Amino acid sequence: MPTFVYMTRCDGCGHCVDICPSDIMHIDKTTRRAYNIEPNMCWECYSCVKACPQNAIDVRGYADFAPLGHSVRVIRDEEKGVIAWRIKSRNGETDMNLLAPITTKPWGTAIPKLADAPEPSQEMRDSQLLYSEPKYIRMDDGDIHTLKSNGLKMKAGVAY
Amino acid sequence: MFTNPFHDLSGFLTPAVMQTYVVLMFLAVVGGTIIDVIHKKSGKYFFENAQKALKSAKRTVPGGEKVSLAISTVANEVLTSSEFCNPDRRKSHLLTMYGFIIFVVTTVMLIFSYPTPAEAAPGIVVALWHIGALMVCVGGYWFWFFIRVDLNSEGNPWYRLVRADLFVLSLLMTTTFALLWSITQGAGVLNLLFFVIFIAAATNLFCTVLWSKFAHMFFKPAAAYQKKLTKADGSQENLPDLGDLNDPALQAKFPDIPTYLGEKPPNMGLGIKRESPNHY
Repeated sequence: MPTFVYMTRCDGCGHCVDICPSDIMHIDKTTRRAYNIEPNMCWECYSCVKACPQNAIDVRGYADFAPLGHSVRVIRDEEKGVIAWRIKSRNGETDMNLLAPITTKPWGTAIPKLADAPEPSQEMRDSQLLYSEPKYIRMDDGDIHTLKSNGLKMKAGVAY
Repeated sequence: MFTNPFHDLSGFLTPAVMQTYVVLMFLAVVGGTIIDVIHKKSGKYFFENAQKALKSAKRTVPGGEKVSLAISTVANEVLTSSEFCNPDRRKSHLLTMYGFIIFVVTTVMLIFSYPTPAEAAPGIVVALWHIGALMVCVGGYWFWFFIRVDLNSEGNPWYRLVRADLFVLSLLMTTTFALLWSITQGAGVLNLLFFVIFIAAATNLFCTVLWSKFAHMFFKPAAAYQKKLTKADGSQENLPDLGDLNDPALQAKFPDIPTYLGEKPPNMGLGIKRESPNHY
C-alpha cells in the first residue's frame, strides 16, 4: 500500500522527491509539503520513508496482513551505518525492534572515481556499449579478452 | 546616523492613534491565532496525538525531566531553529526571526515611549529598529529568491505567488517599506506613499493570521516539545530505537553489528546528506 506524509512533520526538504524511483513524491505547490501524487503507482520500496530526515513518511499496510492500528516504521541512520525497524501489532502484544548494518564501508569509498578515469575515445563514444562494458568485453579495441589477460582467476562459487 | 521615523509622523498622527493601532494589531494576532487553532483543529489533533503517544509510552517522564526538555526546546528549536536540516534555511530563518523580534520590540518602544520629538529616543533603539528591518530583508529576500523549496522542483519563477506566500511577502513588504519610509523622510509624496504601503503591509501581516503561517511561532515550540517527550517516554511515535552501537548488550542482541561493523562501529559518513536534494 502507498506511502503517505504526515504534513505536520514534513518540512518540504525534497529528499523523498529526489529518491523516489517512480517520481511520484512531489512538493505541494500551496502547502510546500511533500505528498504522494499517485498512490496506486507506489510499490512500497520504502526509499522515501528511509530518506526522510524528519521521519514524516509512513506506509499504510495491506488490510489483510496488517490491519488498521498496526505500525511498521524504519530509521535508516547512514552515519552509524545501520537500519532499524520497529514492528508493532494492533493489540500491542508484538513490539519488535530490529537492527542491522546497511554498509560495512564508509559511504562513497566503494564508488569508482570516474573523474580520474581517462576520457573515452570517439570510437568508444560512438559504440553501442555502455561506459563500463568495454573493460572486459572490449569489442571495440584490442583482442578478445580472457580471464588471464585481465588478471582474473576462476573461483569456485559466486564471486563479485 | 539614524533618526526616529515616528517623530515626523507625530505631525499628522497623534501618539494615541499610533498606540491604538499597535494594540489593535496585537489583538488581531491573538484573535487570529485562536481562530486558527479552532478552525484547523490543530489543537485537537495535537492533544489527541499526545494522548495516543501517552498510551504507548514505556515509562513515565518525571517533572524535572519535563522541565529540562522544555528548556532544551527553548534553547534549540526556539532560539536557534535547530530543526532545519538545510543550514542556509536555518541562517535565513534566524535572520528573519531575530530581525522581526527586534523590529517589533523597538517599534513598540518608539511608539509608546518616544512618540513625539519632545522625547528623544536613545540612538541605540532607533538604530536597532533599522537593523531589525534590515535583518528581515536580508533573511527574507535570501529565502524568497534562493531557498524556497519549490524553486528547483517545479521550476516556478520567483514572481509566482500563492496563498502560502502571504506571510513572508507581507513581512518583507512591511520591513522593506518601513526602511524606505525612514530613509525618505522629508521627501513629501514619495515618503507618504512608502508609509501607506508600510502600514497596509503591516495590517495585512497581523490581520491575516488565519490564512498565513504566522501562528507557527506558537505551535512550533509545542510540537518540538511533544516530539522530545515521545522520545523520552519511549513511545517514539512508533519509531525504532537505534541505541548505542558500542553497548555490549546491544551487540549481543544484534550480533551482525559487531560482525560487520566491528566492536566500535565507526562513523560511516554523511550518506544521502552528502548532497542537498536539488535534482528533482
